Amino acid sequence: MTKLIIILLSAVFINNYVLSRFLGICPFLGVSKKLDSATGMSLAVIFVMMMATAVTWPIQMFLLNPNNLGYLQTIVFILVIAALVQLVEIVLKRYIPALHSSLGVYLPLITTNCAVLGVTILNIDEGYTFAEAMVNSLGSGLGFFLAMVMFSGVRSKIEGADIPKSFKGLPITLIAASITSLSFLGFGGVIENLFAK
Amino acid sequence: MMNKLDNFTKGIIKENPVLVLILGTCPTLATSTSVSSAIGMGAAATVVLLCSNIVISALRKVIPDKVRIPCYIVLIAGFVTMVQMLVKAFAPALDESLGIYLPLIVVNCIILGRAEMFANKNKVVDSAIDALGMGAGFTLALCAMAAIREVFGSGTFMGYPIPVLESNNISIMTMAPGGFFVFGLLIAIVNKFATNKPKKRDFGCEGCPSRAVCKGSSCESKEGA
Repeated sequence: MTKLIIILLSAVFINNYVLSRFLGICPFLGVSKKLDSATGMSLAVIFVMMMATAVTWPIQMFLLNPNNLGYLQTIVFILVIAALVQLVEIVLKRYIPALHSSLGVYLPLITTNCAVLGVTILNIDEGYTFAEAMVNSLGSGLGFFLAMVMFSGVRSKIEGADIPKSFKGLPITLIAASITSLSFLGFGGVIENLFAK
Repeated sequence: MMNKLDNFTKGIIKENPVLVLILGTCPTLATSTSVSSAIGMGAAATVVLLCSNIVISALRKVIPDKVRIPCYIVLIAGFVTMVQMLVKAFAPALDESLGIYLPLIVVNCIILGRAEMFANKNKVVDSAIDALGMGAGFTLALCAMAAIREVFGSGTFMGYPIPVLESNNISIMTMAPGGFFVFGLLIAIVNKFATNKPKKRDFGCEGCPSRAVCKGSSCESKEGA
């Protein structure tokens, strides 16, 4: 149990997907301008990450590994994720239209989001059990959510600031991201020591 | 001939995928901690880009328009797997330093972006030249960033120590915040010295493979100013 908590907390804070692993930078920079779109996108990411892990982990363990097909990992995973996203979109549209109208726009963007493919591959590389893999995906998604929401707040402050002309737009956003990720460095080592006996 | 040369050089300077089109930010930030891994990443991505551009351009009349994105992804994933196996066999140290970012070349926006923007409209030779130019531009931008981060962050260049800096390294430059910081500075410098009046640089929607679906609605790129 302690191990699961450690995995969860370190996925959220220490190995934050956006701010320390550099995965999912595209939506982080592109969709973080407004709080509601940032929230929508990150909820969709949490959802797809969990679904993708729930599907790809058994595929790797029960289908690819016993048949010595481990090298097909990349192709199989990206196809499964792409198909899954389409499926989720169709199901949501048919049965939960309210959720579809709020998350729908972001779903197609997630297929090519490296954070989702990244989390499924990392779960295998780290040798997690199924429960640990699911917890790690949840933590990664929550970490993405946290970074997006925090950063959209930072960005709304930058919008009104008087900055040098050549820094306008993306450069100042990246500098702000750098400072935000600096604050996350402070978590390093905290979580392990919290639970150290 | 001139045309072909232009086609090659535009990827390096005018339409540099990293610093001007702002594509492929994730691997740029992650693998630019040292010059040698930057060169490895650049080379791996260039090989994949070259192969995928050639094949996609050759098949551009065969692949139905509606399912082109899944087709491209499968083709690219195939080439990435090949590169991954080659790197694992012949350069295990590089495999170690690139880690997860090697399989993630599949979702690198530069490769899908070039397929979508260039290879499915142009002839095979032009697409190959475009791929080489873009690959060179990607590698050079990556190396520039890696050089800054390695020299200041670990006080070495290509692994060779630099006298004064070695004992006074700013190790934060090789960590995550340094990556964002150096990338921001480089784009600001490009903005400053760009010969043609720089348009306001925002996130690179025109290269995004999902643009057809979202039409900029989720990145609010149209707001721009």
